[in-house]
Amino acid sequence: MTPSRLFQNQDDTARRYAGLIRGSFRERYLPFVVAGLVLLVALIALVRLEFSFARLGSGLVQLATFLGLMVPPSPGPQLIALLKALSETVAIAFLGTLLAAIISFPLGLLAARNTTVNSVVQFATRRFSDTIRGVDTLIWALIWINVVGLGPFAGVLAIMTSDIGSFSKLYSEAIEAVDRKASEGVRSSGGSRFQAIRFGVIPQVIPVLISQTLYYFESNTRSATIIGIVGAGGIGLYLAEMIRTYEWDRVAFIILMILVTVGIIDFISSRLRLALVGTRRPSA
Amino acid sequence: MESAIPVLPRHHVAELSAPYRKVMAAKRRMTVIGVLILMVLTVIAASVAEVDPAKFVGNISRFTDYFGRLFYLDTGASVLTDVAEWFWGLDKWTRYIFDTLLIAYLGTLLGAIGAFLLCFAATANMAVNPSRRFFARRFLEFCRSVPEIVFALIFVVAFGLGPVPGVLAIMIHTMGALGKLFAEVVENIDMKPVEGAIASGATRWEMIRYAVVPQVLSNFASYGLLRFEINVRGASVMGFVGAGGIGQDLIEAIRKFYYSDVSAILLLIIATVMVIDLVTERIRHNLIASEQSR
Repeated sequence: MTPSRLFQNQDDTARRYAGLIRGSFRERYLPFVVAGLVLLVALIALVRLEFSFARLGSGLVQLATFLGLMVPPSPGPQLIALLKALSETVAIAFLGTLLAAIISFPLGLLAARNTTVNSVVQFATRRFSDTIRGVDTLIWALIWINVVGLGPFAGVLAIMTSDIGSFSKLYSEAIEAVDRKASEGVRSSGGSRFQAIRFGVIPQVIPVLISQTLYYFESNTRSATIIGIVGAGGIGLYLAEMIRTYEWDRVAFIILMILVTVGIIDFISSRLRLALVGTRRPSA
Repeated sequence: MESAIPVLPRHHVAELSAPYRKVMAAKRRMTVIGVLILMVLTVIAASVAEVDPAKFVGNISRFTDYFGRLFYLDTGASVLTDVAEWFWGLDKWTRYIFDTLLIAYLGTLLGAIGAFLLCFAATANMAVNPSRRFFARRFLEFCRSVPEIVFALIFVVAFGLGPVPGVLAIMIHTMGALGKLFAEVVENIDMKPVEGAIASGATRWEMIRYAVVPQVLSNFASYGLLRFEINVRGASVMGFVGAGGIGQDLIEAIRKFYYSDVSAILLLIIATVMVIDLVTERIRHNLIASEQSR
């Protein structure tokens, strides 16, 4: 068929397959319905949360003044204290992650289908970690402050608690994703169930777990910078104080310090991941 | 009894197992060194973070005590004896939880729109020029590196107390986080439709609308829902710094030792988070399924 013939028949073809080209009723109108609903909820939210142009405008003007005052960032007379608080923050993140990893390892084994004791224990462990994960780190910090008092120790415990929830979930998923052949091999050559887990499962998951834990160490450094806001140690206390007293140049300095620290930790942890596991990103 | 399994002569076994032992010994040495380094770091960190195991053990009864007390009313009766009294503020709290959800929703939506507008500039295959790409990437990085509660603290001073700074803080953080994910999705698309659109004379935004969006929309929506889930958790503590939602009542209850209120609010938050998790997971599964059935 020559091209000209093809184009002559075009109208005809279009008419014959009109239904297919336009799509079904559902296909045509569903996007508009979804978009309409999304917008409607957004409108309700805007009204209910008292958004107004006047407020946004005056706020933006204020924000611009603050930004102006942030330049140049300066530590003020407190550089040493800030550095000490920052090291406290890193220590909190490190210890919290480590403790959480140690505690979550057995929990992860219990929550995974292929290594758990029985389905009741598995269900209970899963719900336990879901409950812990539903509560934010800052809330845990407030609760631990009531137990061990103000200070970085409460922060360590807060990071630990909220990470136990995430780690047991991640670990159990990693454990469920292992290749069954290894543990079947151990069982078929006469190994006990414990030996099947020890020699068939654990060697496979350890690199994955280490990689995920290192990845969390970085995000925990970020969380550890803010738990000071409620009094659980670290740089957050200074940050909240400087914002409340309008010391904007110091606020900017602290934020920069945090960014640099998180960057360094990120660099170290991705290097370590690469050296230990061979991947930059956490798998699974 | 003779074994059915053939066994290598002893000197062969020794010859073969010597290198194996050597490798295993080296591996073990590395593990021991790693554990030692970890222990040294732990001791240093523990001293910096003022970890005091004695205090912990001495006060651990207070932790269980605290959790025990959460489930008793002021009158000393267990909360289960008078559920109506336990959840006395249910109306108020439900309203605040609804506000919290709206904060998370609006923050996620606005952040996703911002991320959508910015992500193309940050990709390797769509960026107009390298310097703009560099700036877009650094900007998104900054947005997601600063914790949202820090933005909230600053915005509360600028915009006044209430949910507005909370929404804006979540929006900025979401923009950074989603912008990166969106850019990664866009970098993995099939470029043929894009070339086709450009060849037939499409402008940049027409090209994105007809060649890119159909390929990435379900992934974008899926990431957006995942972020919404995270943001509900984040919005629940925005009230700690005065940025609206249920957090305000929660921190007040914790600070003033209204034990039964703390447990009631926490249960409401946990239940809400779980419901949201379930719903978004459902929608995400459907999205991914419809993507794969294509």
